[in-house]
Amino acid sequence: MLALSRKKDESIMIGDHIEIKILEVNGDKVRIGIEAPRDITIHRKEIYLQIQEENKAATVNTLEGLSKLKDMMKKK
Amino acid sequence: MKLITKHFGELQILEENIITFEYGIPGFTEYTKYIVINDEDEDSPFCWLQSVEESQLAFALVNPFLIHEDYNPNISDPEIAKLGDGEEAEYSILSIVVVPEDIEKMTANLRAPILINIRTKKGMQVILDGDDYPVKYYLFDRLQKIAK
Repeated sequence: MLALSRKKDESIMIGDHIEIKILEVNGDKVRIGIEAPRDITIHRKEIYLQIQEENKAATVNTLEGLSKLKDMMKKK
Repeated sequence: MKLITKHFGELQILEENIITFEYGIPGFTEYTKYIVINDEDEDSPFCWLQSVEESQLAFALVNPFLIHEDYNPNISDPEIAKLGDGEEAEYSILSIVVVPEDIEKMTANLRAPILINIRTKKGMQVILDGDDYPVKYYLFDRLQKIAK
């Protein structure tokens, strides 16, 4: 991981098309502005990882589970 | 073309029905081509997103509008633009379902819907901003009501 120090209003360029700017520094919170081409997705890491995990869980047991579900429904 | 799948056996599919997920799906970004398979039961709120590239990979999807009264995901224009031509486009919004051992605890991911532009045949999983909708939405009770 590359580590750089920046002050408020300073920026970092990633390639030609992505810019990361420090907008505000408030105690332990940093407000970051990101300019990127529209085909690049940007997310807070925790939520991205959470969605990843959820997608992986979705591939386990699903067909069997839904078959059971249908059986349950039919019995009612 | 013929598609061999783990869960559905051998399928005949039309190449023009293949949906391209340019960036894949989080956790499975190496797979970009999927086909939507409808449930054999016409009344089922479920359908399937089957990978064309990996026979074992398939996601169960549910129509989120059927299981959540006020589902109104706020999907931004830049996100929609990723799927190509927006002019009079028709979209499919579906949620990935997770079915644990205890079926009554099954959930649908309302926070990150699957969005498909039916015209351009491009799809993506959109992660909504904020926490209006949960990653784990318990739908079992709602399904029972629909079944009646």
